[in-house]
Amino acid sequence: MSEKKLYSYTALFNTPDEIIHAVEKVSEKGYKNYDVNTPYPVHGMDGAMKLPPSKLGYIALVLGLSGMMAGLLMTYWMSAIDYPINIGGKPIFSFPAYIPIIFEITVLFAAVGTVLAMLLFFFKLPNNSHPLHGTNYMKAVSSDKFGISIQVDDKLFVKEEVINLFKELGSTEINPVYYDEVEINYKNKIFEPKFIMFLVVAFILTSGATYVTLNKLMFMVPFDWMSNQEKVIPQSKSMFYSDGFGMRTPVEGTIARGHIPYPYKGDLEAASAMPNPLLPTKENMKLGQQKYDTFCSLCHGYHGEGDSRLRGQFPNPPSLHSEKVRNWSDGSIYHVIMEGQNIMPAYSSQLTNDEKWAVILHLRALQRSLNAKETDLQ
Amino acid sequence: MSSSLTNFGYQQKELPVKVRNIGLALLLIGLVLAVIGYFVEPVRSMFNNIILLTFIISIGLGSLFFVALEYVTGAIWSVPFRRVMEFLAATLLIVPIIALPLLFNLHDIFHWTHPEVMKTDKLLAGKAPYLNEEFFIVRFLVFAALWILFYYAITLTSKKQDSTKETKLTRRNIKISAVFIPVFALTVSFTAIDWLMTLEPHWFSTIYGVYYFSGTVLAALAAGTYAIVSLNEKGYLLKGLDKDHYYSLGALLFAFVNFWAYIAFSQFLLIWYANLPEETIWFLQRWDGSWKYISILLMIVQFLVPYFGLLSQPSKKDGKKLKFFAVWILAAHYIDLYWLAMPTFSKEGFVLGWIELAYPILAVGIVVLVFSLKSKKSNFVAIGDPKLKRGIEFKL
Repeated sequence: MSEKKLYSYTALFNTPDEIIHAVEKVSEKGYKNYDVNTPYPVHGMDGAMKLPPSKLGYIALVLGLSGMMAGLLMTYWMSAIDYPINIGGKPIFSFPAYIPIIFEITVLFAAVGTVLAMLLFFFKLPNNSHPLHGTNYMKAVSSDKFGISIQVDDKLFVKEEVINLFKELGSTEINPVYYDEVEINYKNKIFEPKFIMFLVVAFILTSGATYVTLNKLMFMVPFDWMSNQEKVIPQSKSMFYSDGFGMRTPVEGTIARGHIPYPYKGDLEAASAMPNPLLPTKENMKLGQQKYDTFCSLCHGYHGEGDSRLRGQFPNPPSLHSEKVRNWSDGSIYHVIMEGQNIMPAYSSQLTNDEKWAVILHLRALQRSLNAKETDLQ
Repeated sequence: MSSSLTNFGYQQKELPVKVRNIGLALLLIGLVLAVIGYFVEPVRSMFNNIILLTFIISIGLGSLFFVALEYVTGAIWSVPFRRVMEFLAATLLIVPIIALPLLFNLHDIFHWTHPEVMKTDKLLAGKAPYLNEEFFIVRFLVFAALWILFYYAITLTSKKQDSTKETKLTRRNIKISAVFIPVFALTVSFTAIDWLMTLEPHWFSTIYGVYYFSGTVLAALAAGTYAIVSLNEKGYLLKGLDKDHYYSLGALLFAFVNFWAYIAFSQFLLIWYANLPEETIWFLQRWDGSWKYISILLMIVQFLVPYFGLLSQPSKKDGKKLKFFAVWILAAHYIDLYWLAMPTFSKEGFVLGWIELAYPILAVGIVVLVFSLKSKKSNFVAIGDPKLKRGIEFKL
């Protein structure tokens, strides 16, 4: 054991009062590198050791403020940028609602961060050996004794003086502590590749386990009960009806909303008495022109002269400017649109009621353009 | 056993006459101004009188609560200066006198005291069994009687112990305190509801009583902290009261600053969230016109400044800082009460004139005078208390 080096001289005391007194004396002498070990926290010890206030408070403050900023940014980003939802007509970024969340995150950051900072920087966590470990001194102060240990690296350390001081103070046991330099590494191991690898592995394992647990083991099918309901859909089979069809024909005599049945089927005579219900307003004229151009102009031509755009693929109709057509009543033209004539098919379902009358308005305007009345010129 | 040993070397000292004279002078100045104010602007004066009343109740009742809390919890650290809080609690004796002008002017202050309104207004008609003058006055008198009863029950027992030094007196006070605390909880809530919340009889908030309670304890602690630190510096208390005691006082102040902010924010958040017109009206009124500045000022003065001021450990151990923040918090509590009561009187914006300044002067005068008169020929330390020795040796 020749390679073992002296670490410190330790002294044991029996009562907390004795240790406080001893520590006061030791710090009075000017020793700096010494430590006190007690089985439980002794009140007034930091005062006796003349310890400066712990720096941990500042770390907690900084971490708390960072948590506050993180909470603010998180709530802002989530509810004002990433997924803005209007809640009760309140502004998208409603600060009062976020205060509890910001507060919680502040506390979380400060608490967790302070504990981690304490473990990693103050306790040098990955370092797991200390010269006092495994000594009889440590066994004693872990049960019922109060100990003080003055280290060799203190500037004022002189072996005989320390032993005398301990004796003066009435210590029951004074012992040297040796340590093995190979075993004890004072360097902080926090940046060692081994430890960083451990952190990385721990990170991957925990996040992987979390992912598997949440997304695989505890996975639940997203809520879709609204799209899969017990209801009859058109085109689907239904056991409920005797014919097995889901889709039903309407009840006899059902009329679609806005639809008026045509009462003059096959009766041109009666239909010719119908007046045009629309006035030649600008809107109606425009609608008529639009519908005429879309549905009628293919055969009748843009100006109603029968100049089809179909290049003979379909027989050209006669001109709409003929005297026969000009003298037809609006009702008669309506009847032709409704039922078709010769090879012209019926346009009853292509055009609505109003659109048909608007087309007639447009047709009248076309006719007037070639056969103007005397009054039109005045 | 020599008497000096049993009394822990306590030497009875009386406050200089100067203190009493200052209290008397402030009281007289405030009183004269308040009386003139009453003849110039009676309604405005009465609203200020409500602030004064609730402020004095805050200090008196809060102090008595602190004393009762010490007994019930068996606290040790506060024993060496419990007597100071007992002196402050004596302001409860003045409460009926302060309320007297109000009781004769209820019609000018409270909307619900007008019978024709109570009949026509459906919402108020439903509250009529509670909100009527007779019940209101009876309530107040019962509360005041209870406070004074418990004040005498606790302080006389405590005083008796100075000479007899019997442990059973502490036990008796523990029992009295245990009864007093629920009484305190109910009376402080209903006092807040009666004197402050019913200024707006349509409006209600279920947390209102707790809000006033938080301010009450805060104000009493601040007044107590100021008195304790000042007396200790001048040597009126026992030697050995140290940083650990100061730290505990500071920590309690700090805790109640946070508690006040927590309650105030809770009240705001729930009302803001629900966004019901009958509830938000109260906050909207306090955000209307120049009241907005008082609302913002309150957040800064009663929370942010004392929070950061008392945050660090050294500041809680520093007597000077403690005294400064004690006075600061007392002022903040006064502004808080002003913010609670005054918007009903002047809806357009806050008013600040000589009447508003007269009443705080009167308040300080009352507290100082009552304190100096009560402490006369009385020990500043409960020298008979069995926990006193441990209280002085208290270490964190």
